[in-house]
Amino acid sequence: MQPTSPSRREFLKQGSGVLIGALVFSSGPIALLAPSKVWALELSALDEATGRALLRFARHLYPHDTMEDAVYAMVVKALDKGAADPGEKKLLVDGVAALDRAAGGDWMAKSPDRQLVAVKALEGTPFFGKVRGTCVTALYDNPLAYAHFGYEGSSWEKGGYLQRGFNDLKWLPDPPANASPPLARPGA
Amino acid sequence: MATYEMNDDSVVAVIGSGAGGGTLANELCQKGVPVVLLEAGKRESRATFVNDEWASFGQLAWTDKRTTSGTWRVARDFPNLPAWTCKAVGGTTTHWAGASLRFQRNEFKALTNYGRIGGANLLDWPLTYDELAPYYDKAEDKLGVTRTHDVTGLPGNNNFKVLYAGAKKLGYKNVHTGRMAINSAPRKGRLGCMQIGFCFQGCKSGAKWSTLYADIPEAEATGRLDLRPESFVTRIEHDDRGKASGVVYFDKDGKEQRQKARVVCVACNSIETARLLLNSQSPQHPNGLANSSGQVGRNYQRHMTGSVYGIFDKPVHMWRGTTMAGIVTDESANNPKRGFAGGYEMETLSLGLPFMAAFLNPGGWGREFASAMDGYPNMAGMWLVGEDMPQETNRVTLHPTEKDRFGMPIPNVHFDDHPNDVAMRAHAYRQGKTIYEAAGAKRTILTPPYPSTHNLGTARMAATARDGVCSKWGQTFDVPNLFISDGAVFTTGGSENPTLTIVTLAIRQADYIADQLSKQTL
Repeated sequence: MQPTSPSRREFLKQGSGVLIGALVFSSGPIALLAPSKVWALELSALDEATGRALLRFARHLYPHDTMEDAVYAMVVKALDKGAADPGEKKLLVDGVAALDRAAGGDWMAKSPDRQLVAVKALEGTPFFGKVRGTCVTALYDNPLAYAHFGYEGSSWEKGGYLQRGFNDLKWLPDPPANASPPLARPGA
Repeated sequence: MATYEMNDDSVVAVIGSGAGGGTLANELCQKGVPVVLLEAGKRESRATFVNDEWASFGQLAWTDKRTTSGTWRVARDFPNLPAWTCKAVGGTTTHWAGASLRFQRNEFKALTNYGRIGGANLLDWPLTYDELAPYYDKAEDKLGVTRTHDVTGLPGNNNFKVLYAGAKKLGYKNVHTGRMAINSAPRKGRLGCMQIGFCFQGCKSGAKWSTLYADIPEAEATGRLDLRPESFVTRIEHDDRGKASGVVYFDKDGKEQRQKARVVCVACNSIETARLLLNSQSPQHPNGLANSSGQVGRNYQRHMTGSVYGIFDKPVHMWRGTTMAGIVTDESANNPKRGFAGGYEMETLSLGLPFMAAFLNPGGWGREFASAMDGYPNMAGMWLVGEDMPQETNRVTLHPTEKDRFGMPIPNVHFDDHPNDVAMRAHAYRQGKTIYEAAGAKRTILTPPYPSTHNLGTARMAATARDGVCSKWGQTFDVPNLFISDGAVFTTGGSENPTLTIVTLAIRQADYIADQLSKQTL
């Protein structure tokens, strides 16, 4: 590809875009983290329509109904980064086109059930594998996902869980001391 | 810290700094033996370890390309990652969970006890439990294993509470917080456990034993250890008389180096140990060094493994605290009435959210997968680990065409489950599931084996040179000053996590090597 001077018109035509969304659950754990209810993801390789379709595709692959789009946008962000490579970009753009073909028209405009049928039809394709593999690492490994699932992440800087609930489960009886001794004290 | 010349042929060259090599190097240094310790990985520390699963994997794991074949599911899910071991100073002792169980007496006599089993290349170990017992004592003391030597057990975390409740309802008798090389209180310069979690990511408190911050600094303090990180050994050389003369390696700048040695000890974790021997072929050793038996690379064992996760209607927060927080040992004895030979352990396990997504059901997607992940905070987890059958066809070989950046053929790991492994796994899954259901699980998930962390048997000990690669001292039959010092020597795998036995054999081997050196027989 020839490098061209990126006039605004060219820039738009070549299509990088911005994904904008709003948090749905105003009182959820992610809302507590977020500085604003609106989130935006600037895309550098993909256009907005492709970005939106990929986000929806990721929601079908890993449907967590109460998880914000803002978390799924992490998948689009990772895919967009990879799409700096023209081959990867083509894989994604062609993949979205294949969804449209499988759905017999605009995939995004179909009902969720019909969308899912098209997703299943693409299982086993490189496009499907690419998005699914990216979901595994990008969707579940970020602070927003941690907050959604209640996973606490790095703990050493807080002194671990020794004084923070490593054994705070109360809905089962505590094992006896010979199976689970009390905390050993040095010199005790 | 010592520095030896490349042409100094009085040194013992130890390749690999994990449970086998790191221990052996320290024990030799304590006895006055000069050691060059070659380690492929970098030297990390408690300060550089991170509580972040993917980042830590990138920091510690051995991710050089390997290929796989065979019918095991790992070949489908992780075709280029057959094993989850480490490339770092300290080797896989940076990553291990700390479970430190002795082999059972009978497990050293698998052939005698199980009889001939079709397709299995069973053999008795050329040594007995009684020969090892005093060394098990030393190893337990070195590691500070809980519930041995008056070391108190660790307090159980939430994940253990669930295991305990369910296992007791099933009538299991031996359920406790395990024998762990994790300090329950400060001991031997290492802190007590802070229940950080992230045992697999390098213990930031140092409560868990690792050669990285236990044996290697001790060895350095003797002034006899020359530790060379980022040194990738590609060949062991021998002289005309058939004795090992030194090793060829690539240093951190990619420069080829040749270290002479009086004795060479290989402790690269079974896959790389076999690869290195096979790649050291010569006119005298056309099928690989020390391979007149043809057994190098064969009998690759990875333990029968699998995991069970239970989802409850209340929180567990299994990630809090020690990863392997407790054990049920009732199924570890050989009891053929269950329909298979050998036994297995059930040990708690937890994965963080990122690795749970990667390992819960590799390749899985859709509502069933997502709904299981939705249960993550309410999950309890256990790992099943049992003896698998040695098979000659389960094998590490050199790839016919693909080479690494040093021009060394990459390894292929071939594995097929033996019917005995399959029967044991089915039994273990059923028992694990029943434990969690007894504790009130609303749903249980059976997770397939992860890439292997227990890699055993590819240079096994045997009574005769026909049946194996090395003697009961780990001394190769073909090359008298070449030793195998890691889990590759295991004749059979037992049902226990292997590290304690690897350390035990290394301490014993150090005694033998030092003795032979003093007698001028090496």
